[in-house]
Amino acid sequence: MTSTEVGFTGVAASLVLVAAAVVLSARQRLGVERTILWAATRALVQLLVVGSALRLVLDDDAPVALALLWVVAMVVIAGLTVRHRAPEVPHILPVALVAIGIATIASQLVLFGLRIFPFEPVAIVPLAGMVVGNSMASTVTATRRVVAELADHRLEVEARLALGQPGNVAGRPYVRAAVRTALTTQIESTKTVGLIALPGAMTGLILAGVDPMDAVLVQVVVMYLILGAAATATAVVGVGTSRRLFTADHRLVRIAREA
Amino acid sequence: MARLFEFEKVQVDLGLRTVLDVDSLATEDGGITVLAGPSGAGKSTLLRLCNRLEAPTSGVVRFRGDDIATLDPLSLRRRVGMVFQRPATFPGTVRDNLLIAAAAEHAGDEPFIEALEQAGLDRSFLDRIADELSGGEAQRVCLARTLVTGPEVLLLDEPTSALDRQTTVELEARARSLAGTGFPMLWVSHDLAQAERIADEMVVLVGGRVATDEQRARFLAGGEVDSPVDGEQEGDR
Repeated sequence: MTSTEVGFTGVAASLVLVAAAVVLSARQRLGVERTILWAATRALVQLLVVGSALRLVLDDDAPVALALLWVVAMVVIAGLTVRHRAPEVPHILPVALVAIGIATIASQLVLFGLRIFPFEPVAIVPLAGMVVGNSMASTVTATRRVVAELADHRLEVEARLALGQPGNVAGRPYVRAAVRTALTTQIESTKTVGLIALPGAMTGLILAGVDPMDAVLVQVVVMYLILGAAATATAVVGVGTSRRLFTADHRLVRIAREA
Repeated sequence: MARLFEFEKVQVDLGLRTVLDVDSLATEDGGITVLAGPSGAGKSTLLRLCNRLEAPTSGVVRFRGDDIATLDPLSLRRRVGMVFQRPATFPGTVRDNLLIAAAAEHAGDEPFIEALEQAGLDRSFLDRIADELSGGEAQRVCLARTLVTGPEVLLLDEPTSALDRQTTVELEARARSLAGTGFPMLWVSHDLAQAERIADEMVVLVGGRVATDEQRARFLAGGEVDSPVDGEQEGDR
């Protein structure tokens, strides 16, 4: 089996695909040519910058602390992204940081504490990246679902509050439904993994020349990791978001509905 | 003797908009007090201040002499029960609904049957699925559910607006009979005829303020009322 190397020539050649998308958009008058070009350019620049930084972090002589610092930065950026995508929840940033942080720490403890992977930058950074990325996606979904559920069921929630239920109890059935919905996406993608599309880690390893069965084993670990992390993050953010949406005197705050 | 609810320089702002601005108002501790007025007058906001589902931006709301900001909101809400405009039943049977309202030490169906009867329903409703009830039945279950908490006062926010004429009349009669047994009630209504049928006392709100004498007279005569001019608000009704 041979390893695959993509040089800048390969990247340039793949621009043909972007060009095809632009031409299609122009012909169909979709009006997204600029957006496609902007997204493709931005992705390239972002990844080049990240790649250069990763070279330093993943260097054999680089200290593990640098990799851990990288992970912290990823968690912070993920938290900021959640805040950006769920602006209707007041003070969601700390909740998102705690949710993604707990999911990351717990998964890293399992991976490296049980010696599934060696505690080295080359394992820490990409594995944490997958955990943070997926936890962030689940956190955004869970947050938005909690907001939507509580807004849609405002009357029922207030009827429960009016009976003397505390905010966390009054919101519980709706938060539970929201968390279930957010997790279902992850569970469904775990169930259909490999049937519809080969997952990212496995594809990368196969492209890099690793034996497919070895790639599968790594992918299974990654999948369980992501599932556990997403479940942890959604549960934490479900409770946290709900707390943000009730005041200390057990009132449901006004929630701006999406158009 | 303390009044039921007192409002002193109470203002409620939503963003930059003031939706309620009541300088001074007190309601009787007995019978049915109707909060009347055109749509957007601030009636529901005023009602929701009474069980702290709404908090004033400034000012003081008192319940039987106590500043409600100093009371535990959860026990306040069990003392001051509320029935909403649309029936808000929870999933499950009527019994499940009543259980949510019951105190932790609750035992047996007796208190539930009593509450259902006070609301005009019989014990056969206990095992009915709440989502399958008619609008009128569901609203009466909501009334029974509120009564299960053992409230001292009832707040009703246009409770008949989603009901047909006959059910409305029945619910009004039920409310009058409950009021006769010593339940003071605050009843929000934009329906002048209904207000006149059930009210022992009437508070008219216009544009978030207690109506002036002139506005009140015009509203009671069935005419159009405008928002009060700044500084023209009346005191206690």
